[in-house]
Amino acid sequence: MLGVAIIVFRETLEAALFVGIIAAATRSLHGRSAWLGAGVVLGAAGALILAAAAGHISALADGVGQDLVNAAILSIALAMLIWHCVWVSNQGAQAAADARALGSAFGRGRRKPWALLVVVALSVLREGAETVLFVAGYASGSDQGSTLAGALVGVVGGTAVGLLLYAGLARVPVRQMFAVTNVLVQLFAASIASQLARALAQAGVLNAWGQTLWDSSVWLSMESPVGTLVHALAGYEAQPTGLQLAFYALTLLLLLGGTRWVRARQRAPVGPVS
Amino acid sequence: MTRLHFLVLTLLTASAMTASARAAEPQAQLVIKNHQFTPAELKVPAGQRVKLLVHNQDLTPEEFESHDLNREKVIPAGSTATIFIGPLKPGRYSFIGEFHPDSAQGLVVAE
Repeated sequence: MLGVAIIVFRETLEAALFVGIIAAATRSLHGRSAWLGAGVVLGAAGALILAAAAGHISALADGVGQDLVNAAILSIALAMLIWHCVWVSNQGAQAAADARALGSAFGRGRRKPWALLVVVALSVLREGAETVLFVAGYASGSDQGSTLAGALVGVVGGTAVGLLLYAGLARVPVRQMFAVTNVLVQLFAASIASQLARALAQAGVLNAWGQTLWDSSVWLSMESPVGTLVHALAGYEAQPTGLQLAFYALTLLLLLGGTRWVRARQRAPVGPVS
Repeated sequence: MTRLHFLVLTLLTASAMTASARAAEPQAQLVIKNHQFTPAELKVPAGQRVKLLVHNQDLTPEEFESHDLNREKVIPAGSTATIFIGPLKPGRYSFIGEFHPDSAQGLVVAE
């Protein structure tokens, strides 16, 4: 049962942490709980469908169908995150600054962060499908009761860590909190990019820089609690490939550069402003 | 020969070359049965990309996971998955079946 719980916990963690971050960042948004809940439910429903189709998907494209589907999911999530971080959150920040309101980076109900809803649904979808596959496979074996109990413990554990992060962020004063959640969302985006790099390399689509660059598992193992957390939160890899590092760095550069560019453009006078 | 013809010809040649390169690509096979990998020690050539075919003959899914190889992939029950690995430096690279880590363990030996 403990084995099941640990695996399900690991699968649940990344999505739970992301939902926690987004829940904190959209704290002042009207109707945010229903909106976030919808994302989770949509993702979970998708996960059931994806898990049911796993056998077919796996056989597609000469055995790399699953990697291609994963790559597609990760690409959409990454595009949404970049678009949101660069455009939407800055426009929101500008609007909030204009209204001299305390900085809700998402505006006060003016704009719904749809892109984030999609990313929430996609992260639940991806992690959820693997969890469902694993639990269904395990439960078809011997001890169904203890398997399901283990899975429940795992999901509750993962969700609890997400809640803990949310509670921690909620204690930070509003102004700093958005700075913190912005950094966390940017790291999450970079982590998605690094996973995308692996999926493409695994499928044989991108073959450059495939060697691992270093091995830091002696200092911080991926199996350790801290390693697991930093992996889920910021995409830590003990043995990253050059391609993963390149994707990771490029995403951070794109986010930071894009944000500066948009802010600079907004400050520049563009015709008559009311 | 028009430019278009030339382009088409070039593309065809290129794709034929890629196809033959693919055919010549080293392959390796792994079988998962009773939550164990066979062979438990798999020899592959170093310095080349290797197409690894993993046949899961169990009735449960398995996740091929290797931090050393930087790979992780879920393989549904009764299906075969393709995982491209390397090019690897000579050495030993461990992998496990994450869903049954106690019994599903193996090594890729690149030489």
